[in-house]
Amino acid sequence: MNPAMHLRDKRRFPVHILVFLAPAVIIYTMFMTYPLVDSLRLSLYTSDQRGNESFVGLDNYHKLMTDPLWEPRLKGAILNNIEFFAIHMFVQNPIGLLLAALLSSPFIRGRAIYRTLIFTPTVLSVVLIGFIWSIILSPLWGISGDVLTAIGLEEYAKKPWLGLESTALPTLSLISVWQWVGIPMMLFLAALIAIPDELVEAARVDGATAWGVFWRIKFPLILPTVGIVGVLTFVGNFNAFDLIYTTQKVNAGPNFSTDILGTFFYRTFFGQQLQPGNPTMGATIAGVMFLIILAGVLLYMFGWQRRVAQVEL
Amino acid sequence: MSSLSSLSHRLRPAHSLQLLGAHAILLAYTALALFPIVLVLINSFKTRRAIFKTPYALPNSETWSTIGYETVFKRANFPDYFLNSLIVTVSALILILIAGTMAAWALAEYRFPGNNIMGLYLALGIMIPIRLGTVSILRLVVDIGLVDTLWALILVYTASGLPLAIFVLTNFMKQVPRDLKDAARVDGASEYRIYRMILPLVRPAIGTVMVFNMIPIWNDLWFPLILAPSERNKTVTLGAQTFLGQFISDWNAVLSSLTLSAVPVVILYIIFSRQLIRGLTAGAVK
Repeated sequence: MNPAMHLRDKRRFPVHILVFLAPAVIIYTMFMTYPLVDSLRLSLYTSDQRGNESFVGLDNYHKLMTDPLWEPRLKGAILNNIEFFAIHMFVQNPIGLLLAALLSSPFIRGRAIYRTLIFTPTVLSVVLIGFIWSIILSPLWGISGDVLTAIGLEEYAKKPWLGLESTALPTLSLISVWQWVGIPMMLFLAALIAIPDELVEAARVDGATAWGVFWRIKFPLILPTVGIVGVLTFVGNFNAFDLIYTTQKVNAGPNFSTDILGTFFYRTFFGQQLQPGNPTMGATIAGVMFLIILAGVLLYMFGWQRRVAQVEL
Repeated sequence: MSSLSSLSHRLRPAHSLQLLGAHAILLAYTALALFPIVLVLINSFKTRRAIFKTPYALPNSETWSTIGYETVFKRANFPDYFLNSLIVTVSALILILIAGTMAAWALAEYRFPGNNIMGLYLALGIMIPIRLGTVSILRLVVDIGLVDTLWALILVYTASGLPLAIFVLTNFMKQVPRDLKDAARVDGASEYRIYRMILPLVRPAIGTVMVFNMIPIWNDLWFPLILAPSERNKTVTLGAQTFLGQFISDWNAVLSSLTLSAVPVVILYIIFSRQLIRGLTAGAVK
């Protein structure tokens, strides 16, 4: 703060600060914080046929967790979300790390080209990716069958991967991994190339192998990024509606086997075919999602970030 | 110094086997990333027979056909969808940049009571998906008479883009040298003038914010589906989604509409890829 400003601040009310903040605060509050808070409020209400709302406390949450009509759907969606998340965490992020490790090596020629090309699926819309993969996997066109036969997996060639209860969700998760691997790759790459050369050189001089250098020196140094990638993967999980809606339609078929909280939320809130939408129950599902995200983010902030910060010291 | 040490590396006997392995992995992954996209692209210019008979071949004079594109242009308003997407994306970006730079400037420059709390409040939205408030957003939009308008989308995307934009811009604006601002103040420039003066200095951050917001807004399905689903207001993503749903058995039309919807984003990506990658790697690219 410079002295001139201090004087001016004391002389008159700083209207300019309000002017600078107003547009962002008004739009953000009106279209983001207010709806989030209001949606949490709605989850404590119920509405009758005529749209009159009455306060019911935590009844909606209770219903969601115990009612035989709601409970199986909630449980199914949460379990599917966990599987979807786990596949991203343990397939997407290690692949991203491997690609970043290779791309961070100064000896690889054409790094920029690889990087740009591998990132391409990430910029396309999930809707396009969903349709592209559903036609690639369609037994009618037979592309996936050809590829699987070519690599010697003939017995799987004719499988309708998106049509079977047992394979639909893992297949969709892998499609999503295929699309989004560019994000962890870029974040890991940024962290890896920020490591000072001297550290790596010193270890090399001491005779460490590339493998040893990576796991003993580089990986511990990029742990903060590992945490950020983890939390982004976790939160992104709850936005994964578009892919399932596009490929499996609103009922997240076959037989709800690909239903996640996002599709469950949409179906409940908006309704489907014969069943009218239920905004207050929709808000309740959003409330459950909010609590899960909050728990995950807090766990990251107090469990991971703090510990990693200590290690760094 | 780093060029010297990498030189010493290069003079060392190369681990050619390791290098070969690395290229093999990268090439294989690049092929995996591009194969489905290229396949859709080349088959969109073929006859239906050729799509099934020779899916891996490039179109030739015998198999060339644009029947799919003709169907798309006859049966769907893709030019209108593009225009809607363009209006929504550009307007939201402009609003994010105006409101975002103003708020970031206030947080970075002035010490006032509640500065930290305001910064924290505006940053909360980075972690919480705006979709969780959809029930109330729809009610709000109905109440203020914006339901099924592009304005509803523009305002929602602005609100959801602001938190990260303000966070990035504030950090950047804190690095603008003090002398410059003080000199302007001594000359009697108003605070608004100084704000306009420093905008060109934070251009890299503005670029980062732009490319970060552009792609998710263009690609979103959720809010167009819920807030502006009528034919008149469809964005490309929603338009492609409904068209593809109806024409799923017309392979020519499916492949052509997929290609048509992907092309603008890929062109934007090619133009902005350096900026996008620089933004993602936060200036650490050597």
